[in-house]
Amino acid sequence: MDLSSINPILLLASLMVAATPIMLAAIGELVVERSGVLNLGVEGMMITGAVCGFIVSVSTGSPWIGFIGAAIGGAILASLFGVLTQYLLSNQVATGLALTLFGLGLSALMGQGYIGIKAPSFPDWHIPLLGDIPVIGPIVFQHDPMVYVGLLIVLAVWAFLKFSRAGLILRAVGENHDAAHALGYKVKRVRMLAIMFGGACAGLGGAYLSLVRVPQWTEGMTAGAGWIALAIVVFASWKPGRLLLGAYLFGGVTVLQLNLQAAGMAIPVEYLSMAPYLATTVVLVIMRAGRAPGSLGRIFHASR
Amino acid sequence: MMKSLLTGATFALGLTTAAFAQDETTKVGFIYVGPVGDGGWTYEHNQGRLAVEEHFGDAVETVFVESVPEGPDAERVMTQMALDGADLIFSTSFGFMDPTINVAGKFPDVKFEHATGYKQADNVSVYSARFYEGRAVQGHIAGQMTESNVIGYIASFPIPEVIRGINAAYLQAKAVNPDVEFKIVWAYTWFDPAKEAEAATVLIEQGADVILQHTDSTAPQAAAQAAGNVATFGQASDMAEFGPYPRVSSIIDNWSPYYIARTQAVIDGTWESTSTWDGIAPGMVGIGEITDSVPAEIKASAEAMIESIRSGEMHPFTGPINKQDGSVWLAEGETASDYGDDGLAGMNFYVEGIVGDVPQ
Repeated sequence: MDLSSINPILLLASLMVAATPIMLAAIGELVVERSGVLNLGVEGMMITGAVCGFIVSVSTGSPWIGFIGAAIGGAILASLFGVLTQYLLSNQVATGLALTLFGLGLSALMGQGYIGIKAPSFPDWHIPLLGDIPVIGPIVFQHDPMVYVGLLIVLAVWAFLKFSRAGLILRAVGENHDAAHALGYKVKRVRMLAIMFGGACAGLGGAYLSLVRVPQWTEGMTAGAGWIALAIVVFASWKPGRLLLGAYLFGGVTVLQLNLQAAGMAIPVEYLSMAPYLATTVVLVIMRAGRAPGSLGRIFHASR
Repeated sequence: MMKSLLTGATFALGLTTAAFAQDETTKVGFIYVGPVGDGGWTYEHNQGRLAVEEHFGDAVETVFVESVPEGPDAERVMTQMALDGADLIFSTSFGFMDPTINVAGKFPDVKFEHATGYKQADNVSVYSARFYEGRAVQGHIAGQMTESNVIGYIASFPIPEVIRGINAAYLQAKAVNPDVEFKIVWAYTWFDPAKEAEAATVLIEQGADVILQHTDSTAPQAAAQAAGNVATFGQASDMAEFGPYPRVSSIIDNWSPYYIARTQAVIDGTWESTSTWDGIAPGMVGIGEITDSVPAEIKASAEAMIESIRSGEMHPFTGPINKQDGSVWLAEGETASDYGDDGLAGMNFYVEGIVGDVPQ
C-alpha cells in the first residue's frame, strides 16, 4: 500500500466535483418534498436534463445556454408530473416511477443523433487571488462555475425556506395542505412551482454529468444518481445544510474509495465499493432523522 | 422496484415487436445488458444483429431487448422471446449465464447462444472472443508509451475474462518495460459513465499516463483527453472519435460473422451445441487502427505482434510465468491451456508482479 500516492488536495478538489450532480438533483427534490409532493421521477428528469443540455450546448456551442436548456427541459418534464398529480390527482408514487421510465426512454430517443459527439468545453474558473491561496485555493476556488452555482442554489434554498414569507407558505402547504388552503393559499400553484423548480434542478444535475463530468452523451448515463439524490433528501431530514453534508460525504467517500483502490489498500474491494452508501447512511441516521413534511405524498383536493 | 418495472416495460416492448412474427421466417432474438447506444459492448452486439438482418434480408426477423438487468429479469425476457416464437436467442452478457440455462431447459426446441459464459447444454452453445490477445497488444504498446511507468486499469467485475485481460496486458507491458507498475481500480459496473470518469481521473491523479479500460463507455477517454497527456485504448468498440490521441488503438469485438454463421446453421437445420472461443485469427477480435501518436517503431513491433498471434506463432500466455504468490504456473515454453485446472477459462489469479488482490 502506498498512501503517499494519494494527493489530499486533489482528493478534496474532486470531491466537490463528484458531489455536484447529486447535490443539485437533491436540493430540487428537497423543495418539492417540503411542499408536500413526493416525486420519484428524479432519475428521469436528470437524464432528460442531461440530453437537453447536451443538445442545446452542441447546437449553440455554449455550455451556459446548455445548462439553461437542461433546466427548462427538466422543468417541462416535471410539469407533466405536476399536471398529472396536482390536477388529475394521480398517485404520486406511481406517476413518479413512470416519469423515470418515460424520461429514460425519451432521452434515449432525443439523444439518437448525439452519440459520440463531444460537448463544447467548459473551462475551470481560476478565481483570481482566492485561487492562488496555497492548499485551500486549488481545493475550493479552482472549479468549473457550476460547482459554485450548485452551492449558491443550496444556500438560496436554505435562506428561502428559513427567512422568506414565500418559504413559510411553501412549508405550510407541505405540513398541512388543508389548513393552508383554509388560509387562502393556492396549494396547487405553490406545488406546481415547487415541482418545476425540482425538475429544473434535476435537469442541471443531469447536464452537469453530460457537459462537465463525463462530458458526452450516452444513454442511461445517470446510472442511478437520481435515486441516490432521493435517498439523501430523506437522510438529510429535509434540511438543506445536512443535504450538502450528505452529498459531499457521498461524493467524498466515492472518490476516496477509488483512490484507496488505486493506491493498493489492503481492504477488500467489496467493502470499499459499499463504503459511500454505508458512510452516508450511518452519518445521517446518527444525526437523527427529522420528521417528514406532514402532507408528504398525500393527494390534495379542495373538496376533501 | 425500478428494475422490475423497467423489465416490465422492456418486456411489453418485446411483446409488441414480436406480435408480427411469421412462421416461414427464422426469428432471432438478442438480449443486451446495456443500451444499444453505449458506444461499446452492446453497440457491437447490435452491429452483429444488423449484419444478420442485412445478410438474410426477409428470411430472418430479429428482435432485441436492451438494458436487461443480469439475473432473474433476464429469465423473464428470454422466456417471453421463446414464447413469441424465437428460433435462436443470443444472450450477450456473462451474467445471463444461469438464466439462459434455466430458460433453455424449458424450451428444448429453441436454440440458445450465450456469450462469455462456460455452461453448455444440448440447446445452449457458448461463444466468446479471446480478448486477451488484444490486451496483450495493448500491454505491448502501453508499456512503451508510458513515461511515468504507471499504467491505470479500470476493471469491471472480478470474472475470468477481466482477470485474463489484466494478466495478458501486464505480461507484455513488463516484457518491454521492466519498471512498469499497474494500478487497478474495480468499478463493479459494466456501464456507469460518471463512475468510469471518476476512476480514470483518480488513476491519472495517481500518476498513470496510460489508461486501459474494461468498462464499456467512452467516459474514461474523455477524462484522459481533458488531462491532456494520457493515452487510452478503445474497448469493445473502436471509439475512433477520440483518436488520434488519447485513443491510440482499440480492441473491436466483431460478432457479425459468428452471428451470421449460427443463424445460417439454424436455417439449414445443422445447428449443434458448440463452444466457440475465437481470437484475432478468425477475426472475432479486431485491433483498431494504431494511430500516428504511437512512435513508428512501437507501431511496427505491435503490428508484428498482431501478425504472430494471428499466425499462431505467439501465444500471449507462454511460460515461464509465475503466479502472484511466486508459485510456478507455466514452465519455460509451456503455453496456457484453455480449460482444466489453472486454465484460461477459469482464471482467478494475478501473475507475478501485479500488486493487490483479486476480489473474491
